[in-house]
Amino acid sequence: MSGVLHSSPFIHGGNRVDRLMRQVLLALLPGIVVATALMGIGVLVNLVVASTTALLAEWAMVRIRRRDAGAVLADTSALLTAVLLALALPAYAPWWLVVVATGFAIVVAKQLYGGLGQNPFNPAMVGYVLAIISFPREMTTWPTLGFPPEVGIGQQLAIQFLGAVPPDAVTAATPLDSVKTHLGMGETLSEMTTASFLGTLGGAGWEWINLAFLAGGAWMLWRGTIRWHIPVAMLGSLATMALLFWMVDGDRFASPLFHLFSGATMLGAFFIATDPVTAAASPRGRLLYAAGIGILTWLIRNFGGYPDGVAFSVLLMNMAVPAIDYYTRPPVFGERQGDDSDVA
Amino acid sequence: MSGRRLHEFPGGLKLEGHKSLSNAHPIRRAPLSELLVIPLQQHIGEPAEPLVKVGQKVLKGEPIAKPQGYISVPIHASSSGTVIAIDDHPVPHPSGLSAPCILIKTDGDDKWCEPPRFILDDWREMEPSALRNRIREAGIVGLGGAGFPTFIKLNPGTAPAVDWLILNGAECEPYITCDDLVMRERAEQIVGGLLVMRHALHAARCLIGIEDNKPEAIARLGEVVAALGDDTIEVVPVPTRYPAGGEKQLIKVLTGREVPSNGLPLDVRVVCHNVATAAAVFQAVEDGRPLVSRVVTVTGHGIQDPCNLEVPIGTPVEDLLREAGHFTDSFERLIIGGPMMGFEITSLRVPVIKTTNCLLAVARDELPGAGPQLPCIRCGACAETCPARLQPQMLYWYSQARDFDRVQDFKLFDCIECGCCSYVCPSHIPLVHYYRYAKTEIWAREREREKADHARRRHEFRQERLEREKRERQERLRKKQAAAKAGSDKKAEIQAALARVKQKKAKQAADGEATDK
Repeated sequence: MSGVLHSSPFIHGGNRVDRLMRQVLLALLPGIVVATALMGIGVLVNLVVASTTALLAEWAMVRIRRRDAGAVLADTSALLTAVLLALALPAYAPWWLVVVATGFAIVVAKQLYGGLGQNPFNPAMVGYVLAIISFPREMTTWPTLGFPPEVGIGQQLAIQFLGAVPPDAVTAATPLDSVKTHLGMGETLSEMTTASFLGTLGGAGWEWINLAFLAGGAWMLWRGTIRWHIPVAMLGSLATMALLFWMVDGDRFASPLFHLFSGATMLGAFFIATDPVTAAASPRGRLLYAAGIGILTWLIRNFGGYPDGVAFSVLLMNMAVPAIDYYTRPPVFGERQGDDSDVA
Repeated sequence: MSGRRLHEFPGGLKLEGHKSLSNAHPIRRAPLSELLVIPLQQHIGEPAEPLVKVGQKVLKGEPIAKPQGYISVPIHASSSGTVIAIDDHPVPHPSGLSAPCILIKTDGDDKWCEPPRFILDDWREMEPSALRNRIREAGIVGLGGAGFPTFIKLNPGTAPAVDWLILNGAECEPYITCDDLVMRERAEQIVGGLLVMRHALHAARCLIGIEDNKPEAIARLGEVVAALGDDTIEVVPVPTRYPAGGEKQLIKVLTGREVPSNGLPLDVRVVCHNVATAAAVFQAVEDGRPLVSRVVTVTGHGIQDPCNLEVPIGTPVEDLLREAGHFTDSFERLIIGGPMMGFEITSLRVPVIKTTNCLLAVARDELPGAGPQLPCIRCGACAETCPARLQPQMLYWYSQARDFDRVQDFKLFDCIECGCCSYVCPSHIPLVHYYRYAKTEIWAREREREKADHARRRHEFRQERLEREKRERQERLRKKQAAAKAGSDKKAEIQAALARVKQKKAKQAADGEATDK
């Protein structure tokens, strides 16, 4: 007889957190490939710097908290946070910016709250918001998108590690940013239709990155890694807001397609808002939570001070999660009258 | 077989059955043990009270303990012999603690008490209340696992008519096959018991729900029911999905009705009993046999000869294991019940009781157990599988935070502890364990509060009594003073009267003197 008394159930189905995390990481691959193809190896540099920082920061914090570092690192959640954050940062981001943002995400937004499962805010988005508030210039300098990328590898490394200033020829504002700027100058969207920053679906180039994340997201839905509620509600509410205002004034408000396939929309909908730790718990709660993110994203993109709004929207809705969870408690078995009951 | 439209209960799991390990052979009689250990508490409710003394000879079927209170049943000697002790002894309970038991040293005769047929009249003529009494006197409790006294569940009380009497033959938990074998071999008794129960309840229709992984049982009961020629009784195969054998889940599957949260099946005009309980009811009513034995599955790769045994209540577990060929080399631990809801025991001296359905001898690596516990990531897999439609991740969060009000807001007490949530948890959190802890804490607090309330009430009573006494004292004092005051007034009056009389007399004297003159 074994010494330790276990309690029921004595069998387990074999689900594992690290397996879930790895599935998410795998689903990010198409997006990473397309982003690298269009923006250059800066994307990979960011991934490497962020991952290294995250693992080191996690290891250090877990040691300080006197937990089993091996077990904690094995759940790969720190790696996932790093990858998500790296993908949100501009490909020209200087290495120290990546380190600061990732370190803050892991140390403050995750470990200081007690580690995986305890953090109320999405760590990757906390890191991103810290960066965009503190370093707005670095955070808005993006490469021009094109295949093959216009910036050379040596030049890219010099920009990120030696502080070289990226030449104007290879820098551009993001399409969301450009649209905002041009609207601010009094131009109408119909006047912009021929502008280089607009693609077929959304922002030029960005539409492909968004499509790649959409593909990864679809794979996760098919695998059962995530549920449909959050992506559908977020994309649905964003598209609905965009559609309504676009129909009212198509010159001042961008089309639903533009919103869906620009910026961090697909990354946000499938990979960031779906972070279960910081999202609402019940299906109804998740619908509400993600619909809030979609609406806030549209509001910030149109009326806020920043070109994109996914990160702020996610954090704002993170705040609402405890209330959402409490007020969307699903009726338990026997709480609503079974409507399919038979007659004797 | 019926073409009844079935319903689905929320959540649930597809589990490996492992049933063929033990259901290949017919039920065997376990040999009589030298010592029977019969706990006084084998049912939900108040424990029974001993009727015998140490040294007393008892016969098989003789009551040795009587019920205390309403939710309680008597207990009978499961074989003939001598009472050698009434004392604490290890019992099959998750706590591993001991409880009061009657220990009988058997004489090997296995002699029934006289008369073994203590029921002579036809049950069809009997009043339901008399029938319930018979069933209570036979010591019958739910044999499916919970052990609730059966006669109470046969009392519809003031509830409106019972639409459905359901017999639960789902036996959804892996490894366990005792109900399967009872259904195959004792189908007549089960149907007989069903008719008795139906008579007691005046139920309109009867359903026998059996998971479709038991075709022999379904066929056998189907034959017996068909022979009755009563189309208000149906045998219904239900999809094999854990926990289809949960009472509320089976009722949902068969009738579409949801037993209300905090409610009873009777609230939706349904009563549900286990199939083996029905067979026991039949034996009690038709043959006058009290519940002195039950069928127990002994299985698992940790035992050499898995089987189903007819076991006298009180037989020590070690004797059953011996009968099943004893442990294999890879034996690791022993579970009473199944792998989803059972509990581990460490003492082989614990006896089989009325609710013991399975002994699972687990071999090393037989059960894929949970790994080390990781933090909850609120993925919601638990909520999707919960047959009670709970939010296990929230229950876990608030249990861990000891926020027992919130835990009850999230309906902790609707948890049936089926274990589905723990089974699917990617973080390998023993969720059910946390819920048991929270429930126990809440019960303890309620008891504390009741005690405190009681103390407070007593204190208030005392305060009130002291106040009242003080008031009464003051009242008496005031009356006394008033009386004293009134008394002094009287004195004055008397004096005044005396003075008047004196005056009068003096005047008369003076007048007399005057007239005398």
